[in-house]
Amino acid sequence: MSIRVILPPHLSRLANVPKEVSLAVAQPITMSSVLDVLEEYYPVLKGTIRDGNTLERRPYVRFFALETDLSNQGLAEPLPELVARGEEPLIILGAMAGG
Amino acid sequence: MPLQVISHPEVKSVTTVRLLIGTKKGAFIATSEGRRQSWSLKGPLFGGWEVYHIKGSPVDPARIYASQSNEWFGQIVQRSDDGGENFYAVDNQFSYQDPVGSHLYYDGSERGFEFKRIWHFEPDLEDPDLVYAGAEDAAIFRSSDGAKSWGELPGLRGHTTGKSWQPGAGGLCLHTIVIDPRLNGRIFGAISAAGVFRSDDLGSNWRPVNRGLKSDGIPDPDAEVGHCVHRIAIDPNRPDTLYMQKHWDVMRSDDAGESWYEISGDLPSDFGFVVALHPHQSGTAYVIPISSDYEHFPPQGMLRVYRTTTGGDHWDPLTKGLPQVNCYVNVLRDAMDVDDLDPCGIYFGTTSGEIYASSDSGDSWQSIFSGLPAVYSVEVQRI
Repeated sequence: MSIRVILPPHLSRLANVPKEVSLAVAQPITMSSVLDVLEEYYPVLKGTIRDGNTLERRPYVRFFALETDLSNQGLAEPLPELVARGEEPLIILGAMAGG
Repeated sequence: MPLQVISHPEVKSVTTVRLLIGTKKGAFIATSEGRRQSWSLKGPLFGGWEVYHIKGSPVDPARIYASQSNEWFGQIVQRSDDGGENFYAVDNQFSYQDPVGSHLYYDGSERGFEFKRIWHFEPDLEDPDLVYAGAEDAAIFRSSDGAKSWGELPGLRGHTTGKSWQPGAGGLCLHTIVIDPRLNGRIFGAISAAGVFRSDDLGSNWRPVNRGLKSDGIPDPDAEVGHCVHRIAIDPNRPDTLYMQKHWDVMRSDDAGESWYEISGDLPSDFGFVVALHPHQSGTAYVIPISSDYEHFPPQGMLRVYRTTTGGDHWDPLTKGLPQVNCYVNVLRDAMDVDDLDPCGIYFGTTSGEIYASSDSGDSWQSIFSGLPAVYSVEVQRI
């Protein structure tokens, strides 16, 4: 399944990719499985979205889809069906904090 | 202390001098011909990211290591093999060895050691693939494959005092790493706010070397740790001599850190962050006094570098070309460096984004760049 992921500017520039990338992710489509593939495609992103040791979401990184904050959803829980079908993007962004 | 003058080559016009500049919003590379009168600037590299430190290998200037980080997306390590034309990300996994252990937080409670960022890279003096990294929370890491993988040198954090270390205002950071140029296996590390540590076996074992430091707020005047050391520098010609800018006090050791004594003398303030040494004249050192730990700007708004030629105690202000009115900037601990030409060049960057340079050992200065983001680090190298 092709999953659409929108990256924040810092990370798209770091990985030298467009703002939106498409990932071939096998079922089940969860936050973990998407991030696993994202990091496999673009190893430079390891440690930038989730901690490299604990694999927990970094505190100032947020996940959104379908105008819903998925940041505190368990990483192993299924993503919304429209995201899993590639019709809507999963949005990764930096929290509005600091300067 | 008599002066020791080491012979050295004169400036040649074919020499190129390179500044590596780390800032709050990226890195810059400045170059000049050997007379250091005109400069060109390239950057920003890694725009929008904090670059705490960027430094070249002393034996292979084409090899550069840069610490790229921010609060949102963590730590990235960048490496260049062509003098900064191209960079690529290398390993950014800094794992603390078990048992991870804890240190004291500001309020005295226990906190587990947790990696936050790399403050400083120190490339080895012989092998460009060997590089040390100073981390927050305080730890030292080592890579022997050009930063493709990192391993902690756990003897530092595992020292019996480690559990009593507390952060300074900037965090619990290992911000300075100094390698003894005699290549005798001796390495110094400085931690805010724990103090100076020394290893005599390439980083396997460490012990605090802080005798003689006096710090307000520490009940025990002979405390082994707890000192907020801001910067240390080693005399390349007499490597048993080190200078220190502490939170307050400028200090000196003539026995490789075994004991320290104060040399603040007639400085207008002995608070500051930087200290740098003349590359050829033992006894000549430079500091930039800052008003206090709550007024992080120069006394009277006058930006002055102070130079001693007597190993301390007597300091002369160097003001020619530096702003002497309404200057309220700071110069952070890694933001001053000295080249090895004759006469030597001195460079520093400010929190307001100016780079000042002297090509005559500090007698006169010029602003070579302004409008940069806040400067975190300045490293100079002849290439």
